[in-house]
Amino acid sequence: MGDMVFYLFAATTVLSGFFVVFSKNIVHAGFSLLFTLFGVAGLFAMLGADFLAVTQTMVYIGGVLILVLFVVMMTRIPGQDIPKRSFDRKIPAGVFSVLIFALVFKVINGTEWNVLPVDAPEATISMIGQKLLTDFIFPFEYASIVLLLAMIGAAILIRERKIDDEEEVQS
Amino acid sequence: MEIITKLLTETFGLQLDHTGQLIAGGLTMALIMALVMATCAIVWTWAERKVAGFIQSRYGPMRVGKYHGVLQPVADMVKILGKEDIIPDDADKPLFILAPIIIFIASLLPWAAIPFAPGFIASDMDLGLFYIFAVSSGAIVGILMAGWASNNKWALYGAARGAAQMVSYEIPLALATIPVVMRTGSLNMNDIVIGQQGGLFHWNAFHDPFLFVAFIIYFVSSIAEVNRGPFDMPETESELVAGYHTEYTGMRFALFFLSEYANLFLVSCIATAVFLGGWNLPVGNAVILPGLVFLSKAVLLVLIQIWIRWTLPRLRVDQLMHVCWKVLIPLSLLCLLGSGILLMVSGEIAA
Repeated sequence: MGDMVFYLFAATTVLSGFFVVFSKNIVHAGFSLLFTLFGVAGLFAMLGADFLAVTQTMVYIGGVLILVLFVVMMTRIPGQDIPKRSFDRKIPAGVFSVLIFALVFKVINGTEWNVLPVDAPEATISMIGQKLLTDFIFPFEYASIVLLLAMIGAAILIRERKIDDEEEVQS
Repeated sequence: MEIITKLLTETFGLQLDHTGQLIAGGLTMALIMALVMATCAIVWTWAERKVAGFIQSRYGPMRVGKYHGVLQPVADMVKILGKEDIIPDDADKPLFILAPIIIFIASLLPWAAIPFAPGFIASDMDLGLFYIFAVSSGAIVGILMAGWASNNKWALYGAARGAAQMVSYEIPLALATIPVVMRTGSLNMNDIVIGQQGGLFHWNAFHDPFLFVAFIIYFVSSIAEVNRGPFDMPETESELVAGYHTEYTGMRFALFFLSEYANLFLVSCIATAVFLGGWNLPVGNAVILPGLVFLSKAVLLVLIQIWIRWTLPRLRVDQLMHVCWKVLIPLSLLCLLGSGILLMVSGEIAA
């Protein structure tokens, strides 16, 4: 039964992933990401990483995906599909894909996986919180500073354009 | 869910392994929640029209059913099922069909973590509150999908507005609940309700001034989050026809409608559980008719939301964003800081 649920999530992830890559309609590809990200969240949940699963949903579906969709919708004319790629681009792309696949395959095969079934800890979130504020305090604070910088940067970008507009109106 | 699985295995004599129990219990619970959701949506359509009528000094629906048009929602339901299902020629057909389904699923998923009564919760997970906010964000994708697939200016504007509004108001909504999480020391919805035992002043909303402000922030943002007046920018009849569901008819439109009313009830249920003591009574520790107490608090909040919708005029888009980013978010951050200091000073931090 558990295996069936796993294959369901895996199939969702892989099939919708294929669709993201091969769909000619970029908006369809963007929406298809929803199912890919949802499938990955399901896989996380099956591994006992409930916090990761919910965070995946929150950040990727609630944030990144919506940003991607906004960008796709705002920048492309409705109904316009991706132009046909020329053949000379397909060859290097294919070679690179095969190389990356071989690398990932070798790494996955070469790693000694700990396949012993380990019971997932019951309360992951309190442990994550404690670890973040003790052992991993530096990366945690570093990430928060990077995010703060990004936020200030975004605010400054908006502000500058506003001043330009006013100057144009004055002149 | 434990109650359901126990009922299935012991009363009906079903033999199930662990995963089987999880799936059978989950499916039963999902069915119950879907029924609850559909029922309340149907009742709310009637309640909304009645309350709107009384606010505007008229009666509202009076004809169908003997007493005050109580059967009106049933008649509406039959009517909407019989309507022609139209898909515009220029619509993006697969996305057009998928959008209402995704919105409906996104509004059904959060119900899994709502504690209606002790033990009556579909999934008693540690991440309850976080899970609710995470899965309900799927609705934004559905709204964008509906707006895009309709291939209609009004629908696309409505969807863009809706997505921007929901993404923005999610922030004060989540920030306002963090002081509660700090006080309880848990994200588990059951623990949050149990932590508010012992009368009115143990409820999170009335515990201290910071939490009261947090409750107000939550309530205001929740109205915006479910796109209702005075924040109904995505649907503004006078500007955008009907927003992202302009092109939808019949059953597909009904799914949008159903999710909207279910979301209205959902945010009220979350407010009840997180801020208003859940199933706890205003006086004493006794647990009497917990389900009824919980539902009556949630119903009261819904009625207040309907009252607000029919009383206040609509905001402009820029005012809407101003309220969110320059008023509610700084205020909720202040609340967070204030209740953090209060917890530190009073030494009331839950282990």
